[in-house]
Amino acid sequence: MRWSRATVAGGLVVVALVLQVAVFPQLAWEGIVPDLCLLVVVAAALVRGPAFAATLGFAAGLLLDLAPPADHVAGRWALALVVVGYVAGLMRQDTRTPATTALATVAVSSLVGTSVYALSGLLLGDSVGSAAELARVVLVALLWDVMLTPLVLPVVMRVLSRLEPAGAR
Amino acid sequence: MQRPRLPTPSSARSSARGPSRLLRGYRPLRPGSDASDQRAERGRLRARMVTLVLACLTLMALDHHPGAGSPLEQAREAMGAVLGPVESGTSAAIRPVSSVGEWFTSKRTMQHDIATLQSENARLRSQQATTQYQRHQLEEFQGLTSAAGTLGQALVPAHVVAYGPAQSFSRTVTIDAGSAAGVHPDQTVLNDDGLVGRVLRVTRTTATVLLIVDTRSVVGGRSGASMKVGFLTGRGGLGDNGTLELQLVDQAEAPAKGDTIVTWGSRDGAPYVSGVPIGRVTAVYASLRESSQRAVIQPYVDFSALDLVGVVVPSGTASDRGVIEADGSLR
Repeated sequence: MRWSRATVAGGLVVVALVLQVAVFPQLAWEGIVPDLCLLVVVAAALVRGPAFAATLGFAAGLLLDLAPPADHVAGRWALALVVVGYVAGLMRQDTRTPATTALATVAVSSLVGTSVYALSGLLLGDSVGSAAELARVVLVALLWDVMLTPLVLPVVMRVLSRLEPAGAR
Repeated sequence: MQRPRLPTPSSARSSARGPSRLLRGYRPLRPGSDASDQRAERGRLRARMVTLVLACLTLMALDHHPGAGSPLEQAREAMGAVLGPVESGTSAAIRPVSSVGEWFTSKRTMQHDIATLQSENARLRSQQATTQYQRHQLEEFQGLTSAAGTLGQALVPAHVVAYGPAQSFSRTVTIDAGSAAGVHPDQTVLNDDGLVGRVLRVTRTTATVLLIVDTRSVVGGRSGASMKVGFLTGRGGLGDNGTLELQLVDQAEAPAKGDTIVTWGSRDGAPYVSGVPIGRVTAVYASLRESSQRAVIQPYVDFSALDLVGVVVPSGTASDRGVIEADGSLR
């Protein structure tokens, strides 16, 4: 059960990554695309809590750091998504997650994720552009993520909760 | 490491809700159970978080100088070998769909027309630019040698299959031509409008290209009108914001508005071959503090709509696809 869960979660992350780099640029606004990997990590956090989500966040971030066309210092997205998994995991509820909670969690996660990524870039001397540019990217990314939440989150959460051991929910 | 226990049914859990949960870090997982159980649970979560964060920091330390020397370069290559074909396949599958949409919606069709006209316009302008540049080259008796060098270039055609997200603050794309097509790092990438960027790394079937609008990209440029040389740095934007900054080597000289800038070229054509049109000067600023002139360059290439590009390879390169030779023939 444990391995099948890891495989399914990993598969979701790979699909999210490929959609994010190969399909969504057609719809992108100035190159800013919805952060599908982040949405998968948030969904995992809302279903399974911070420990699982942080681990999945690490895997997803590593993929974002290494898969083409990434060219930044590896570990930056990994760190950002580990933090996102932890923060979003704290919002988990035992009953069905209300839509407002899910939206708020995605908004906070998107803000935290992009900011942690940008800050690590500042510390490591990678390029992040001007402050105005940074704020614009963070805000547009947040809007994208919130807009896609109703489409992505329910599907991913259903897939992940199917894999819960019987009696846990 | 063991993952934390799953939650119990929610009947007696309402005490765990509320804002204080965020402050406490993690809610009790088993209300009613003894405190040591909760403490162990929280300890496990803390241990896992510390492990993950340390793993991230280790990766950053190992990869602090990305490039040939980084131990993670092999991991990147392996990941590219696996995911590159997936990206190419997805992009090829989506291309007909995304272009069909333009035929049906009239607004999209008009946008398409505008884009076509713009690119045609840009091509004509860059032709004019190159003519201006070439006239100067002839005058300075450098035309022959440089033209011979330019004639020695062949192009490998490739499609852009993946864009790095702007959230990553770097402007890179994946193209579907790799070492099997004769592409190698530090080769020039261009399209019919002008200079696109250079190849950073290749796998067998894909290559990662650093666009010239990336803030780490520096290109040697030459003003088509005055023949002065300088360096162009990207400013990190795409589309209308995708401008470059030009700093002339001779700081007393000011580039004129409307000047065209072409590549200066490097030794053996790596990473940039010479004479490729880059962009047009749209504004000039004088910086009193640095006592130098800065110019803003609008590139001819529309970086938000890249599709077909060409990689400059030496003539006669073995490739898994047709190579466009310098005389226009397809081999």
